[in-house]
Amino acid sequence: MGKEFKHVKFKPLGDSAVMVQIGNTIDPSNCTILQNLASLLEEQPFEGFIEAVPAYTNITIYYNPYTLFKVNGNVTSYSFVCQYVQQLITQMTTVKQHTQRVVEIPVVYGGEYGPDLEYVAEINGLTTDEVIQLHSENECLVYMLGFAPGFAFMGGMNEAIATPRKETPRLAIPALSVGIAGKQTGIYPFETPGGWQIIGRTPLDLFLPNETPPSLLQAGDCIRFKPISEKEYKQLKETRS
Amino acid sequence: MTVTVVKPGLLTTIQDLGRFGSQKYGVIVSGAMDAYSLRIANILVGNLESEAVLEVSLFGTVLQFNDDHLIALTGGDLTATINNEPAPLWRPFIVKKGDLLKFKRAHKGCRAYVSFAGGIQVPTVMNSKSTYLKAGMGGFEGRALQKQDEIKIGPYTKSNKEIHQYAIQLVGPASWSVNYNELISLKQQQTIRVMPGTEWDSFTTESQHCLTNNPYTLSTEADRMGYRFEGPALSLTEKFELLSEAVTFGTVQIPPSGKPIILMADRQTTGGYPKMVQVITADLASLAQLQTGAKIRFRLVTLEEAQQALIAKEQKIKTIATAIRCSAKLS
Repeated sequence: MGKEFKHVKFKPLGDSAVMVQIGNTIDPSNCTILQNLASLLEEQPFEGFIEAVPAYTNITIYYNPYTLFKVNGNVTSYSFVCQYVQQLITQMTTVKQHTQRVVEIPVVYGGEYGPDLEYVAEINGLTTDEVIQLHSENECLVYMLGFAPGFAFMGGMNEAIATPRKETPRLAIPALSVGIAGKQTGIYPFETPGGWQIIGRTPLDLFLPNETPPSLLQAGDCIRFKPISEKEYKQLKETRS
Repeated sequence: MTVTVVKPGLLTTIQDLGRFGSQKYGVIVSGAMDAYSLRIANILVGNLESEAVLEVSLFGTVLQFNDDHLIALTGGDLTATINNEPAPLWRPFIVKKGDLLKFKRAHKGCRAYVSFAGGIQVPTVMNSKSTYLKAGMGGFEGRALQKQDEIKIGPYTKSNKEIHQYAIQLVGPASWSVNYNELISLKQQQTIRVMPGTEWDSFTTESQHCLTNNPYTLSTEADRMGYRFEGPALSLTEKFELLSEAVTFGTVQIPPSGKPIILMADRQTTGGYPKMVQVITADLASLAQLQTGAKIRFRLVTLEEAQQALIAKEQKIKTIATAIRCSAKLS
């Protein structure tokens, strides 16, 4: 496994965070490594560790330099954190297969829930049924969360349904809309303006402020979209409210 | 004790040191824009440094106290008055039942902090009482304060009681106030220290020179989320697509317009613009006190200098806390 970690790079994100870069490409194997590093850090946090935020190719570790200064004296806290992380990486001689969670996301496609479904079909020379099938048959991987609470950056959508963003963004996209932007698919946790092509909506809440963790989706999750009828959507929505 | 909001002013929210630990779920940190002033405000009344306080912006806020109580005002000088007489700043004092605290106009700085002995009693959501306006959670019902809101204040602890007794004697010549100049600057023309950002090397030499040799003016697009500056545009050596990744308080992003944006307390957790420089933690509080039109110069320092400045200010805060605790005990 050692060779995969040859290209680990550390860079400071200000005086209280370290960005640990493990690759340059959006790749499921990078995601696995970052997830393992994140869990190792949470199992064995150093004194002064605040939190870690994974992205596509790196993980940012936030720390308190004053706490580290009190613990370690003269050693600069940045080099301490880098060495600590390097040690954890060395421990990862075999990447333990992070037990991947599979999350099923029911989606009602088209109609008022997905006003751009027909456009996505037309631009890709497909029928709307084919778009639904292609969108729901591939499993997607959650690489990271960001932009808004509970918003997942996913990879793995079938490129046959890739569609450019709208030229004029909508002023308000309803919460929990499922959309396509270029080669990406995603779900908006809140009502927000945006240029994504909206193809459907899920009845599941993504941001769960009163639960631990506060997000339905987590980095490393495997997502399956499941087409449902409008009736099922309404039933699911009702049981949740 | 309760406090009634007579007028909410421009923007008054409940904030503490922020909501940490959930950024990986896209949950923003929030918290005080000027954390040093928040911490001193709490120290002055005997609270934990991390307790929630009110963050008052610019002007217009009027509060009424429904009991005698120990409070403190720190941060920007927003011409605060108690019953139309100048209010003491940067030291503990006791308000009487029925007293009116008004913030008339921003004289120096931009944000004031009001701490209450015993702290503010609102639910803790994900380890913090900070208001997260966009998600409508934390603070007072997830929103900015409005007219007629009643804020509940917690009971005194032992240290609150000690400082209350001490504050009774703090009148006339016995009075003092914290010298905040070593922690924050309220000047509207000042130098802000930055260290190279994660994409510093991707900017042209001219742009690197330009950023550190020209004044930048804070535009009207300045809120708790971020500050947009006007000044010479900055450019990359060559355009490249940056994947979204973590950002932090004080990250200076350069969007395609070339005009810098500094990310503040309510920033999103991740961003995709190149990060040219990073404001050092020790200067964030001063940055938070800038008003629209303020002119700043960026001065480049090293990571070591940034951390030394941070440690020096932490030690300063510790000294202030010890001095106040000892004075209260000796009184």
